[in-house]
Amino acid sequence: MSRIEVLKTYKIFIGGKFPRTESGRYYPLKHNNKIIANMCLSSVKDFRNAVVSAKAAQGSWAGKTTYNRSQILYRMAEVLEGRKAQFIAELETQGIAPKNAVQEVELSIDRLIYYAGWCDKYVQIHSSVNPVSGSFFNFSVPEPMGVVAVVAPENSGLLGLVTQICSIIAGGNTCVVLASEKLPLCAVSFSEVIATSDVPGGVVNIITGKQNELINNFASHMNVNAILYCGSDKKVIKNVQDLAIENIKRVFIRENSDYFDAKHDNLYYIFDFQETKTTWHPIEQIGGSGSGY
Amino acid sequence: MKKKHTIDFSSDWNLVPAPESTATIKLKEKYDLYINGKFVAPKSGVYFDTINPANEEVLCQVARANAEDIDFAVKSARKAFNTTWSKLSGKERGKYMYRIARIIQERAREFAIVESLDGGKPIRESRDIDIPLAAAHFFYYAGWADKLAYAFPNRKPKALGVAGQIIPWNFPLLMAAWKIAPAIAAGNTVVIKSSKSTPLTLHLLAEVIHEAGLPAGVVNIISGNGETGSFIVEHPDVDKIAFTGSTEIGKVIMKAITGTHKKASMELGGKAANIIFEDAPLDQAVEGIVNGIFFNQGHVCCAGSRLYVQESVFDKVLQKLKDRLQSLTIGDPLDKNTDIGAINSKDQLKDINKYIEIGLQEGAHIYQPDCKLPSKGFWCKPTLFTNVSQSNRITQEEIFGPVLAIQTFRTIDEVIEKANNSPYGLSAGVWTDKGSKIFNMTTKLKAGVIWANTFNKFDPASPFGGYKESGFGREGGVHGLAEYLKFD
Repeated sequence: MSRIEVLKTYKIFIGGKFPRTESGRYYPLKHNNKIIANMCLSSVKDFRNAVVSAKAAQGSWAGKTTYNRSQILYRMAEVLEGRKAQFIAELETQGIAPKNAVQEVELSIDRLIYYAGWCDKYVQIHSSVNPVSGSFFNFSVPEPMGVVAVVAPENSGLLGLVTQICSIIAGGNTCVVLASEKLPLCAVSFSEVIATSDVPGGVVNIITGKQNELINNFASHMNVNAILYCGSDKKVIKNVQDLAIENIKRVFIRENSDYFDAKHDNLYYIFDFQETKTTWHPIEQIGGSGSGY
Repeated sequence: MKKKHTIDFSSDWNLVPAPESTATIKLKEKYDLYINGKFVAPKSGVYFDTINPANEEVLCQVARANAEDIDFAVKSARKAFNTTWSKLSGKERGKYMYRIARIIQERAREFAIVESLDGGKPIRESRDIDIPLAAAHFFYYAGWADKLAYAFPNRKPKALGVAGQIIPWNFPLLMAAWKIAPAIAAGNTVVIKSSKSTPLTLHLLAEVIHEAGLPAGVVNIISGNGETGSFIVEHPDVDKIAFTGSTEIGKVIMKAITGTHKKASMELGGKAANIIFEDAPLDQAVEGIVNGIFFNQGHVCCAGSRLYVQESVFDKVLQKLKDRLQSLTIGDPLDKNTDIGAINSKDQLKDINKYIEIGLQEGAHIYQPDCKLPSKGFWCKPTLFTNVSQSNRITQEEIFGPVLAIQTFRTIDEVIEKANNSPYGLSAGVWTDKGSKIFNMTTKLKAGVIWANTFNKFDPASPFGGYKESGFGREGGVHGLAEYLKFD
């Protein structure tokens, strides 16, 4: 007799924990008219809770050594590699062709490796000692913006999502991510990868639900420092820009794109979510100055 | 027992007046717009007075541009971008810019005097800071024009097109240099608008640019009021808006360009914390406090307007600060002895006085030195407020005048919390002799520029700009180029 399969309850991911939405609401995810899962229809309250977690986690995440952050991102790749089959199956369940599904998972792993490698290097690329005219030591370094709200790409459930998350957290930010509405399964499973890769709770928070219910709060929340909208809807872009003005949130738009393209291995995705801090200090000028060897 | 103070301010500090001569300065009666390489009368036909805030006398009249003028300026800039400037090699662009830098240096004294006449700032500052730094900015960015490929590894930088730039009244020529230099070095053309109360040095800059032989339309210089600025912001053929000014106006501008292709950089307000630890070199720190808040009469977005003194040295620092205030020379901006000049405008003085009134109503204790102010013009004594709290409006809001809100703290955690508890994040200052403490503080303070054991220092090579509601984008250094480029 064939065994009865255990079906998975897809939850959301806030502060390192896996609740269902506080609202108790759901939306049925269908493929070929068959219900695949009852996804959480997350509420504004879920989003706010996630921001609280992301903000609480940000200081210590940014304070970790870059070597440590690098290893944690690498660990995510290791864990994803070990669970490849699950992700491929999930992509196929959502209607992705088998060949593409394999490619998408493998590329997601490789992209994690790519950004893992940048963690302890991007600061050097973006930093400068500034040769000011005067007796001062002056240098500029990148610093994470803080909490980033992300509307993940609608058409790339795993690879597009992973690209945004790993480039943002590589730079010491924490994030709250709204998964693709149509392709949300891998986002939830990816949060399980995150939860088992030594990523501290709250660094990445992933919720599922409807963009039009949540995006106003993503753009207007006063404790969110930057927003990334992945999509090409002109009306949505303008709305996000308008709402972000209140606390001069940094706004980034990444239009619909083929995430298989190598251009998404992109150092500048890290710099997008960095501020530049410049520090001055006087240099003492006494005894021996001017003498050479 | 406390030592009694023996400084006799009445005899030791009577300086003989040393006014800079204005004999060499010949202002025109009227200044026109500079569009498409020509000095042209405004289509509006309207001119407005610009006055000397130190004596309220009218200096001359300045053109007010209307929407038609702006349209003409943007079209000229677009044409220059398409036909000349973008065709020119970086090296040749740079050579034009070097010329501009040199001519500013040659006419530096004239610029300094006009800047002080029009804005009320002490000649010591316009002569030693504003004008030389403006020249230095053009010189610095001139050298970048043919080296852009080195600035952004693995990317192909391209100019944006036409940049619309709006600058404030506190550092007129310097802010124009901060805006124009990186823009044209990167290959853009420019329409820049001066502020209503200090337009004169931009008209002189137009003469410099004309003399340098810059191709027509590359830099167009406009004068007018806030409405004039809105015509630039709203013009559909502008590719970039660069604004320096208040957070309030910055938000209005941002609102006007949402949903458009316009790239923006915003350098907005600030309320910088200046933090004095007990192990700081206190005499130097007091100089830093004075320079932090009274530089340019406190009309500085990065002014150190919130002072935090560690409790153990508070009495000592406050006494030193009061003594230092008593020795400051307040008066004629053109006098080389003057430390604090005139408040820039009547409106600004009204605003500052409003905040002083608010401070008093909030229960803060005021201290102002005993000194005489000139009978005409706009003046404000340097002002200290103690007994203030974190929630007071004089602690929270940008006053943009010579008013310092002083608080104390005990622990490092406490002062970091207080310093960062502001919607602004432009700059901050830290004073301590302990290196590890400096680095702890500079890492934790949420601000774009941190001055450690110094304050209010600027340089073309040093990126400047804010966190949070102090705006975004950087001006200065290699970072400043990115604001005027796009990448594939």
